[in-house]
Amino acid sequence: MGLESHLGDNILTTTLNTMVNWARKSSLWPMPFGLACCAIEMMAVVAPRYDLARFGAEVFRFSPRQSDLMIVAGTLTYKMASVARKIYDQMPEPKWVIAMGACAVSGGVFNTYSVVQGIDQVMPVDVYLPGCPPRPEALIHAIMEMQKKIEKESFVRKTTANTVNKLA
Amino acid sequence: MDNEAIATLVKTNFPEAIIDSKIFRNELTLAVKREYITEIAKFLKENKELDFNFLSDLCGVDRVETHGVFEVVYHLYSISQNHRVRLKVSIPSSSPTISTVTGVWSTANWHERETYDMFGITFDGHPDLRKILTPDDFQGHPLRKDYPVDGRQPATLREIYRRGEA
Repeated sequence: MGLESHLGDNILTTTLNTMVNWARKSSLWPMPFGLACCAIEMMAVVAPRYDLARFGAEVFRFSPRQSDLMIVAGTLTYKMASVARKIYDQMPEPKWVIAMGACAVSGGVFNTYSVVQGIDQVMPVDVYLPGCPPRPEALIHAIMEMQKKIEKESFVRKTTANTVNKLA
Repeated sequence: MDNEAIATLVKTNFPEAIIDSKIFRNELTLAVKREYITEIAKFLKENKELDFNFLSDLCGVDRVETHGVFEVVYHLYSISQNHRVRLKVSIPSSSPTISTVTGVWSTANWHERETYDMFGITFDGHPDLRKILTPDDFQGHPLRKDYPVDGRQPATLREIYRRGEA
């Protein structure tokens, strides 16, 4: 079958895109940005019962420099917004964001003067995870959706809003 | 000391300063005239029998719509005597100002800053009366009843908005 039949069993051919994306999605290093009770569920996800290691995303790093997936878990206030954005900016490309929980998605029940109505006002979001708080299974599902999304990306064209803004 | 004894002791020492005293569910509340608050605070702390050495809370209340006043509420506790008292001071909304008690309990410093930030009540003699909770360029005092609950100020986010727009 094509080229592979001449190369024997030792060599697989694929596209660079597929291989790079496979590597990226299989080794997500999350940056936990815990702001409220959602963070407790997020912690449960890396604990033995839910064991995020099964999906290759268990290495929570508390340094944005070593992370590529930011999980914003909880209520983002106006005062905290600039901090969240700064941490996002400090993460090296490529990077992705999960908005975890009703508050991060839309402000949740907090339609108040101090709460940002969805973190997408300050950073681009890849996966929105509803729930108050979402159960650990739901976060695992969100991470799997994230992985599916990464698989479909073109790594050459991977740009975030940052880069787009600089071009615009 | 029990509540009645505390109330009597304070009233005999400041007959003109205590407007009202109530005991509800075994909690003593004294209504104090604004001018006397520092003096009474000092007395409550320094009197050996009372020994209110812990200011557990200091906050504001907006009663402008019904009474035309703001209230400042002090919750005191004595660690040595294991008794409590609550002080309430009404201040007219036209001049929401009261003397600081930072000289008596230094923990009042941040509580008074919070009350200033949330209600716009100023504390005379406070060493560093700055906002403490809201963003630096936030306008107004959000816990006042005339401040809208959803009165968000997107301008405080402007530097971090994508494309710099609201």
